[in-house]
Amino acid sequence: MTFSPQLEARFEKLVRSYPPGRQRAALIPMLLYAQDEVGAVTPQVVEEISRRLGVSVLEIEEVVSYYSMLRRKPAGKHHIQICTNISCLLLGAEQLWEHACRRLGIGNRQVTPDGQFSLEEVECIGACSWAPALMVNYDYHHHMTPEKLDRLIESLRKTQ
Amino acid sequence: MLYNEPSPLEVRVLTRRFGLPNSASIDTYLATEGYAAFRKALAMTPEQIIEEVKISNLRGRGGAGFPTGLKWSFVPRQSPKPKYIVVNADEGEPGTCKDRVLMENDPHQLLEGMLIAGLAVDAHTGYIYIRGEYRYLIEIMDRAIAEAYERGYLGRNILGSGFDFDVYTHTGAGSYECGEESALLESLEGKRGIPRIRPPFPAVVGAFQCPTVLNNVETFCAIPAIIRDGGAAFAALGTPKNGGTRLFAISGHVNRPGVYELPMGFNLLRMINEVAGGVRNGKKLKAVIPGGSSCPVLKAEECDIAMDFDSLARAKSMLGSGGVIVMDEDTCMVKVAMRIMKFYAHESCGWCVPCREGTLWLKKLLTRFHEGQGRRDEIALIGELARNMLGRTFCPLGDAAAMPTLSLVEKFYDEFEAHLEGRPCPFEARTAVLV
Amino acid sequence: MADRVKVVIDGRTVEAPAGALLINVARQAGIDIPAFCYYDGLALQAACRMCLVEVEKAPKLLAACTLPVTDGMVVRTETPQVKEARKAMLEFLLTNHPLDCPVCDKGGECELQDAVFRYGAGESRFTEEKLHVPEVQWSPVVYYDAPRCILCYRCVRICDEGLGVRALGVVNRGATSEIAPNRGDRLECDECGMCIDICPVGALTSGIYRYKTRPWEMKHVGTICAHCGDGCKTTLGVYSGRIMRGNNRDRSGINDEFLCVKGRYAFDFTDHAERLRTPLVRVGGRLEETSWARALEIVARRFAEVKSRGGKFGIVGSNRTTNEENYFLQKFARQGLGTNHLDHHRTGDVVSLVDALAGRQNALATTADLYWRKAVLVVAADLAQQHPLLAFQLRANWRHHQAHVYVVSPGPVREDSYAVRSLRVPPGEELAGVESLREALRAEPELVILFGDAVKGENVRRLVAFGDSLGIPVQYVCLVDYANSRGAADMGLLPDLLPGYRPVTAAGGSPGLALPEILAAPDLEVLWVVGANPLARHSLASEQAFVVVQDLFLTETAARADVVLPAACAYEKTGTVTNTCGEVQGLRRALETPGTKTDLEIFGLLAQRMGLDLGPWRVESVWEEIQANVPGYNVPSAVLAAGGAAPTYPVNGRIGVNPRPELIRSAGDTLFTSGTLGRYSRILNSVPEAPGALYRS
Repeated sequence: MTFSPQLEARFEKLVRSYPPGRQRAALIPMLLYAQDEVGAVTPQVVEEISRRLGVSVLEIEEVVSYYSMLRRKPAGKHHIQICTNISCLLLGAEQLWEHACRRLGIGNRQVTPDGQFSLEEVECIGACSWAPALMVNYDYHHHMTPEKLDRLIESLRKTQ
Repeated sequence: MLYNEPSPLEVRVLTRRFGLPNSASIDTYLATEGYAAFRKALAMTPEQIIEEVKISNLRGRGGAGFPTGLKWSFVPRQSPKPKYIVVNADEGEPGTCKDRVLMENDPHQLLEGMLIAGLAVDAHTGYIYIRGEYRYLIEIMDRAIAEAYERGYLGRNILGSGFDFDVYTHTGAGSYECGEESALLESLEGKRGIPRIRPPFPAVVGAFQCPTVLNNVETFCAIPAIIRDGGAAFAALGTPKNGGTRLFAISGHVNRPGVYELPMGFNLLRMINEVAGGVRNGKKLKAVIPGGSSCPVLKAEECDIAMDFDSLARAKSMLGSGGVIVMDEDTCMVKVAMRIMKFYAHESCGWCVPCREGTLWLKKLLTRFHEGQGRRDEIALIGELARNMLGRTFCPLGDAAAMPTLSLVEKFYDEFEAHLEGRPCPFEARTAVLV
Repeated sequence: MADRVKVVIDGRTVEAPAGALLINVARQAGIDIPAFCYYDGLALQAACRMCLVEVEKAPKLLAACTLPVTDGMVVRTETPQVKEARKAMLEFLLTNHPLDCPVCDKGGECELQDAVFRYGAGESRFTEEKLHVPEVQWSPVVYYDAPRCILCYRCVRICDEGLGVRALGVVNRGATSEIAPNRGDRLECDECGMCIDICPVGALTSGIYRYKTRPWEMKHVGTICAHCGDGCKTTLGVYSGRIMRGNNRDRSGINDEFLCVKGRYAFDFTDHAERLRTPLVRVGGRLEETSWARALEIVARRFAEVKSRGGKFGIVGSNRTTNEENYFLQKFARQGLGTNHLDHHRTGDVVSLVDALAGRQNALATTADLYWRKAVLVVAADLAQQHPLLAFQLRANWRHHQAHVYVVSPGPVREDSYAVRSLRVPPGEELAGVESLREALRAEPELVILFGDAVKGENVRRLVAFGDSLGIPVQYVCLVDYANSRGAADMGLLPDLLPGYRPVTAAGGSPGLALPEILAAPDLEVLWVVGANPLARHSLASEQAFVVVQDLFLTETAARADVVLPAACAYEKTGTVTNTCGEVQGLRRALETPGTKTDLEIFGLLAQRMGLDLGPWRVESVWEEIQANVPGYNVPSAVLAAGGAAPTYPVNGRIGVNPRPELIRSAGDTLFTSGTLGRYSRILNSVPEAPGALYRS
């Protein structure tokens, strides 16, 4: 399979980042960056990276199934990840989560029928002092409230 | 950018450039004594650098608080193998968000710390292992690295010194366990984040089976100031054996949560009341987790305490990662215990029996408890299961799960009792408040 | 650091090499520290936490499996704290372990069950819902039941480290971690079943054995595998007259715990539907069932008649029958029938090797040597396919002792992955390849050379001359195909050699016809084939020949016979066999198939009917005769009686016959084939990897 020139360039830089004979070190970054482009770690992605790095499919499966950010099925265009860990919990993350589920009509790790949104309850994302927090794809949103979430969803909808 | 207003009580050493225009750029950095410490270190012997770090009483900012200079001195100087500098930027301890602001606002400070470490142990390659969620920080660090190469602070023959140093960022992909140093090294090598058998420690056998200095972001960020101003000056900022300042991430029920740089040994009550503006909504303080979710909880009456490694150890808690989680009187401690255990069950790598099975069992038990379905004898069981994990797991994650749990059951036994016999959570009605 | 240290374990002072692991030091002193993940010879895991012990001055309990002993270390393994920790670990393990012991295959021989019995709590405090996922089948022989799995990772390690296959891995994390196969939902591997055997619990179970019986209901018979020439001990579990399983959990043989797919599963030919259970005799062109008495009478009468008028006999012996049978057969041929027209399918040039080694001591390597010698050269063999035990030994040697392995082969082999040098050479140029390794080999302190059938005749002599020229101790293994191929040669199933490689000419005889010549002789009057199938590849020239076949099945050869005598197989007899390294081992009778007789008994009954005096035909008597008469076989019987292996050394000076290299041909069996016999194993043919191919690593 082929990737975009940008991703190819990134891969090329990656495999040169590690000592000779240690190119396997590029595996996890390659999987995550490939997922960013393809939408998921598909069997084709696994096969391709297996071929490029000389790491067996089984070894890649071991890795993919270990890391929580790697997924087999595509998320929505806007992947909303709500932290419900302790600091966020103390400031209403549960209510925020429930509101998001109701608002989008989906549950944890589900995607809206139009593919626009997906929802995931995540562990601490490192935004504790500005809780409750969530991420949309890789973007942080701090001090969230249900109202702010509604506005966020609306503005995201308009970006399509 | 800054996510919270600074406090006038802060002592800004690592955060001194925060808030400057373009604080992340190399121009700003160079204009504010940036890379001066590295220039100074170029004229020092490795022994002198390590000695200075030892004098600073800098202790690891990741959580364990191991003396940094000592850690560096374990790297075998005579080894023919290449040596590596690895930055643990896998900030994942619940309650902790300090490394994030350090990298976001002053990435060159981290690079300079790595360079100095490289000089100290004769390493020529560094990796910054950044948790996958911090993608924007990888971009910031990559920009800073590119700038440093451009200006000759990285690459071959740096500043004509003959010293070579390369730095690469490396993304994680979602695993708290990879914050444990040996699991991080496994992950860096493209494997599952399973810790290694230790000894050997990373200083001797680390990245790619080579000697490695592996420290937290904040630890490396303290190095330039230590070399620039001297270890003694840094040490003097803190308390004995607890040198310098530290970034505290205050979260929870306070009026001004945020990341603040304060001297080691700063009083916790003052931190809550004066730095963070006190418990919000006029509520009373119930408890504080002083150093991230792995640390035993302190009851309100235990909070008049100096925030340094030794004082908290005496109080049978830990300074940990500096994540101060403040809980008011309406907080359900059973729920806190449940949520913390849910986290550890999710993050247990599954390698060893007590952590893998113990966290899941406790999660189920605590969830049931919070739903009012616990039995009286099971309050003791919670503690016993935690004790059965404590000190017996393959890596510290099991301890991290057990310690807060044990402290919560011991210190808030009455709240566990209040959840018995199908009673609804007595705090549920009171906690459903949003900011 | 001192070489040896003193540690105190439970009050006893124990001496041990510095750096030895505490768990081993304790076990050697008879102090058992329980463990699931620790497994001698495999990588350390420190995962199960069962081996936690108290060590003086340590702030917490330490895992004995990863703790090197140091001088003055004081250890306690039975304190309340240690017992409490063990109990806790077992309680944790049982939380998600289904308590289906009454139906679990492992019940009765389960390490978890035993540990709970010894160290566990009497009651369970776990009242939550257990995790459940359904059992899955990964291959015809491997099933995985994840909830039973205690994640000790032994299976992953034996497959990766032990076999070099790496067909198993660990997926997911935390409590949902489980073992996964290499092809998504199925396995593609050696199907050796080592993962099943090594599993301490019933997580990995055998497709052949599962839910068939209980361990304590079976009779456990340790005998030697009927298939390849490596001579693995396999312990057959027999219940109700049927073999239910094969394993080697007691690690008793030369193979320690190793078994391949054949030794572990391919016993199923014993009760194959086509197994011959009654003698057949040709009547009007068709084979009809008859009685033993009549069949033997027909054969004995015909033999006597042909012998009396000096007619031509041709006798083809077996690569699988016992030494006693082979010895008695050659005696029958030579003394009873007066012929040297006797041969067998020669799968390696043993004759040339023992000839070339004349005058040398200790020049034949044993199976153990492959694990201990510092360098090994493999010439013209796909060891992992053809000699799985030797491949396992070699790999273990590399893993444990960093042995240097050299390969000269016509195609890729598994050893390439760790060999210091691997050369690809076309057939016929093996020695040139070997020669190119001269400088590297000269630098080795010692060497074992294994060679396949491509090295024969004069080339064997050249290979030994090459070994001599290295100036280091060199030992050799001539690789041969089947369970007693080596024994067939040693026992003189050859037209020109008596037992022990003594030329027939030296005893005043003249060499007889070799196998192809027997088949091609137009005047052949009797063809007697014992446990062989020459007509699968060759045709029989003599149309009038009276053909007698002793076999398990109606093979191509048996189908041409005038009389077919149903023979017992290796698992149904006692006696000895000699493996490719020359180690002689004893067979134990595991079962009986009614209607069959051992080949030795058939010989004896025929001799009796013919009025021949060939001596007693009891196994023990013939063995004593072999010990007394066959040079190199004067080995202690006690070793065999105890289930051990005794190396033989039939090197007795120059032999001086033409080794007939053109007759030497390995059948090229893979892991999943076993000559004609392999066709009758359902399991060998059912695994998806079958039949496999050589040099496709």
